[in-house]
Amino acid sequence: MSELIKAKEPFKFYTRLHLSELTGQRASSLTQLLKLIQNVPGSSIYHHTHRFLQQHQYLSPEPPNDFAYWVSEILGEDELGEKLASIDTVQFSSIRSLREVIIAKIQDYLKDNPLSKLKFSQKEEEFYFIKSISFVLPTDYIAHDLEEFANILEKITMDSIYYHIFESRLRLEKKTNDFSNWVETSIGDKNLADKIAQLDPYTHTLENLRKTLIKIIGKSI
Amino acid sequence: MVKIQEYSSIVGQSIIDDLVLLAARLKGKTIQCVNSTAVGGGVAEILNRMIPLLNELGIVTKWDLIKGGEQFFNVTKKFHNALHGRPESIVQKDFEIFLENSQRNIEEINIYGDIVFIHDPQPIALIKKKRDNKWIWRCHIDVSSPNQKVWNFLKDFIINYDAAVFSAPSFSQVLPIRQFLISPSIDPLSDKNKELPQAAVDTVLKKYNINNDKPIITQISRFDRLKDPIGVIDAYKQVKKYIDCQLVLAGGTAIDDPEGIKVLEEVQDKAKQDKDIHILLLPQNDIEVNALQRASTVIVQKSIKEGFGLTVAEALWKAKPVVATNTGGIPLQIKHKHSGLLCHSVEGAAFAIKQLLNSPEYAKRLGENGKEHIRNNFLITRHLRDYMLLFLSMYHQEDIVYF
Repeated sequence: MSELIKAKEPFKFYTRLHLSELTGQRASSLTQLLKLIQNVPGSSIYHHTHRFLQQHQYLSPEPPNDFAYWVSEILGEDELGEKLASIDTVQFSSIRSLREVIIAKIQDYLKDNPLSKLKFSQKEEEFYFIKSISFVLPTDYIAHDLEEFANILEKITMDSIYYHIFESRLRLEKKTNDFSNWVETSIGDKNLADKIAQLDPYTHTLENLRKTLIKIIGKSI
Repeated sequence: MVKIQEYSSIVGQSIIDDLVLLAARLKGKTIQCVNSTAVGGGVAEILNRMIPLLNELGIVTKWDLIKGGEQFFNVTKKFHNALHGRPESIVQKDFEIFLENSQRNIEEINIYGDIVFIHDPQPIALIKKKRDNKWIWRCHIDVSSPNQKVWNFLKDFIINYDAAVFSAPSFSQVLPIRQFLISPSIDPLSDKNKELPQAAVDTVLKKYNINNDKPIITQISRFDRLKDPIGVIDAYKQVKKYIDCQLVLAGGTAIDDPEGIKVLEEVQDKAKQDKDIHILLLPQNDIEVNALQRASTVIVQKSIKEGFGLTVAEALWKAKPVVATNTGGIPLQIKHKHSGLLCHSVEGAAFAIKQLLNSPEYAKRLGENGKEHIRNNFLITRHLRDYMLLFLSMYHQEDIVYF
């Protein structure tokens, strides 16, 4: 067995905990939904495209976002629901660009299906806009090599994995996820970094994502 | 007294570690909770369980009560009903009684908390004592369609708080202060939810002459029209035409509630001549509720209106398939066809119950999904985490807070 490479910089695990803040904004039709998606804070777009994944971590990967779920299940617009559900979130490196594509999909659909503007939800089924307030805290877990890294991955919370894989990349507009970045720059294993970067985390349950990461890293040790 | 570490076998050690990390950020702060009663009701129940845990985590948390006579509490009961959207006659005298009693409490109560955490409308006027500390109003009521007269009266107090907290998105109102969404929770180690040996379940069934020889459909609720026990019997009768089953309607005593007794009589009348309907007027006995839930094949919560509906969480925590109405906090607990079945009518409830009784594998999957959903979102550990984040958010205005 070859000797483990010591990282140039240790990997310090953080955890991210979120609190839901109500915005008081609500939509009962597709037109209202569109208008609010254009105006709500980015932290609200983030909340509604990622909340389901985290709250229903045993059910994910479907349905992946609140907009798709509401449009399909409440308004009965299955075709638009499918289009919103299949947005390839992993391709976007900012909330801004993710918001733009959601807006474009709804606008295109309304242009082709003007009667959809006439559908309204019942009062108790309106879409309520919420935003995520994130609290990022350092944990006591620090990895100096890949073996320690894999061991810690088994123990840390989903919130920590979630932060390093999803939030740091998209919400904080980093180019790749924290794990890939560390493996490439501190361990020097570009092949492994690419493998981690290639994972589409939106099509895994979070627990499955943890196992997949451990497996990929285990093969490289 | 339950210790925080005892929850690690249920939610995982890393969740407990996160609570410890968060608590360290609140070191030195004193939290002062204020409500109107130390016993009875959901607010007192959750404070009784959470405050010792917060203190164990190192956050000094104390609990004070306001005082009030019969007149005051009659008024606040009327306010409570009116905020739930029920018709109530509210007159100027009611507001005067509320204000006079509040003034006495303002003069008597000692406010010492760095964060003052006020629960429900009864102590809301204490905000007049606000100085340079932080004040949070925690609303436990479904205020999605409140009586405007009462709401506007309370709003004059609410807008002086630093933040308000609601249990479901539909309860939020247009307010000039920050509003947070924090759902209530169940305690997996309480008598109502802890694991029970089969023998204990059997003992309770025997006590109430319930045979385990056919499927048991159960609704645990007060005998209250808003819980629609008559509708549950109608749904059961529709199911019974096709599947031999039995119904258990079990609820707390409501001897001092004239309407409750009337509803109970109506239910008993409707149930007579069917020996498979068991109407159980349970005293406050959490172990028996726990046993009945565990003995059930399907659990129903056919409420017309719900503050949150934690009986749904209790049932799902026992991995039971649940049929419940799409109201209040119930859709937060059940994602239709994923972690239970939602309905809107007697016919819909009956159809869903039949589906579950005829498809035990499907029912089992919904129940198992439901249990995981509760583990991730509706246990007391999540509630503790949210309260600590709420306290921290009083000192941070930004959307992403780094420590």
